[in-house]
Amino acid sequence: MTSAALAGECYRMIDGAILHSLSLSVQVAAVSTVLIVIAGTAASYLLARRDFRGREVLDMLLTLPLVLPPTVTGYYLIVLFGRNGVIGKALYAWTGWTILFTWQAAVLASFVVALPLMIKTTRAAIESIDRTLLDASSTLGHSELWTACKVTLPLAKRGIIAGAVLSFARAMGEFGATLMVAGNIPGRTDTMPLAIYSAASSGDRSQANAMVLIFTVLSGFFLYAANRLSRRTA
Amino acid sequence: MQPRSLMRCIIALFALLSSGTLPVRAEEAREMTVSAAMSLKTVLEDLGRRYQERGNAPRIIFNFGASGDLAAQIAAGAPVDVFVSAAPEDMDRLESAGLVQKGTRRDIASNTVVLIVPARSKASITAFSGLARPEVRWIALGDPRTSPAGRYADDVIRHAGIRELIQDRIVYAGNVRQILDYVARGEVDAGIVYGTDALSRRKDVSVVATAPAGSHPAVVYPIAMLKGARSETAAQDLISFLVSRTASGIFRQYGFSVPAP
Repeated sequence: MTSAALAGECYRMIDGAILHSLSLSVQVAAVSTVLIVIAGTAASYLLARRDFRGREVLDMLLTLPLVLPPTVTGYYLIVLFGRNGVIGKALYAWTGWTILFTWQAAVLASFVVALPLMIKTTRAAIESIDRTLLDASSTLGHSELWTACKVTLPLAKRGIIAGAVLSFARAMGEFGATLMVAGNIPGRTDTMPLAIYSAASSGDRSQANAMVLIFTVLSGFFLYAANRLSRRTA
Repeated sequence: MQPRSLMRCIIALFALLSSGTLPVRAEEAREMTVSAAMSLKTVLEDLGRRYQERGNAPRIIFNFGASGDLAAQIAAGAPVDVFVSAAPEDMDRLESAGLVQKGTRRDIASNTVVLIVPARSKASITAFSGLARPEVRWIALGDPRTSPAGRYADDVIRHAGIRELIQDRIVYAGNVRQILDYVARGEVDAGIVYGTDALSRRKDVSVVATAPAGSHPAVVYPIAMLKGARSETAAQDLISFLVSRTASGIFRQYGFSVPAP
């Protein structure tokens, strides 16, 4: 592709529908990353610092979506959160609201699928902290919560940031489970990967090419950022 | 578990799981790959078994998917011998790209387009126009940009004059099976699928209307041998079998109609 053609493609992609998909993807990924950082850091701390029955089983359950086919993860989410699902039914009876086919469903799918990346990185980071530093903190009479917030987490900062950026990139790319729980609703739940799928399988080559290019560059940037951040900070 | 015994476990599991598939490779030359529309899965698997029971037939490898995706794979050079599409357009596209063997194209079956609701649904939808009623929240359809089922559904709702009214209720599902599943679970209030698909889940979904003949182009399934088929005789033989009277009977059993010869 010549650079003139490339510029043409890029210009073409600044069309309303694509811009919408891109901003929706960023919104979904950002919200799920915030949730992932909160839940993932807490879970990683427990997995790394506490010894309890079923610890490795919990780690396995939370990590499972990393290796399960996305359709399997999506199927579990429908069975759990659907209008007639185990959790979804109670939620529907209580609020009259169902998460299926909303952008929040895309957040749910991204959250579940990207959480393992956060946990893997953060747990490893917390486990690699020099134990004597933590022991010193408790010898000085600090509570576990104080130690966690002021010593453990700051020392694990690199891992946490890298995990967050990786999760964000993965959440941006979520496709299979999202298609199942959020559907593909033009103007509402058609995130970038879904829009690319529609364009590619309907033979709209130039639109697909433009979106694929933008998406690859963005994801590459986030991966690069994750690497740099995990080296430099701390 | 000790890491060493865990490792042994993994190796044993791997050996066990792979043992069933390994011997197949020896017969690779006697295989024929058939890419076919997802909505034909059950009937073609049945027909494939019967075809092979006749003996001396090559092993048939089915590749089921959305017709548009399958056509794209073939256009990109996938080694496929026979293609069965859910819509003439996808076959037309391959034909005009010169990828279809001349004179091998036939229509093997046709289908209906129906409106389904959950079997235990309380909503009183009895016709396509009922989709515009206020109590209907979600309607699952195929994506008209990617699937023939979606294009037919789009034609039907336009014909019923309710396209604009139901705009905000449409959820595009990944494929027809997904539409069936949404409806069966009551996650959506209605869906539009092929008659045969509705039949496959008749316990969970009820057919409330069949699209009238003039509301959409006829749903026909064209079959053809592709350029570069590994064995032209074998591919031709399979196509002849699928348009034979025996096969027509099976297609009817599964709810398809068979075009007059």
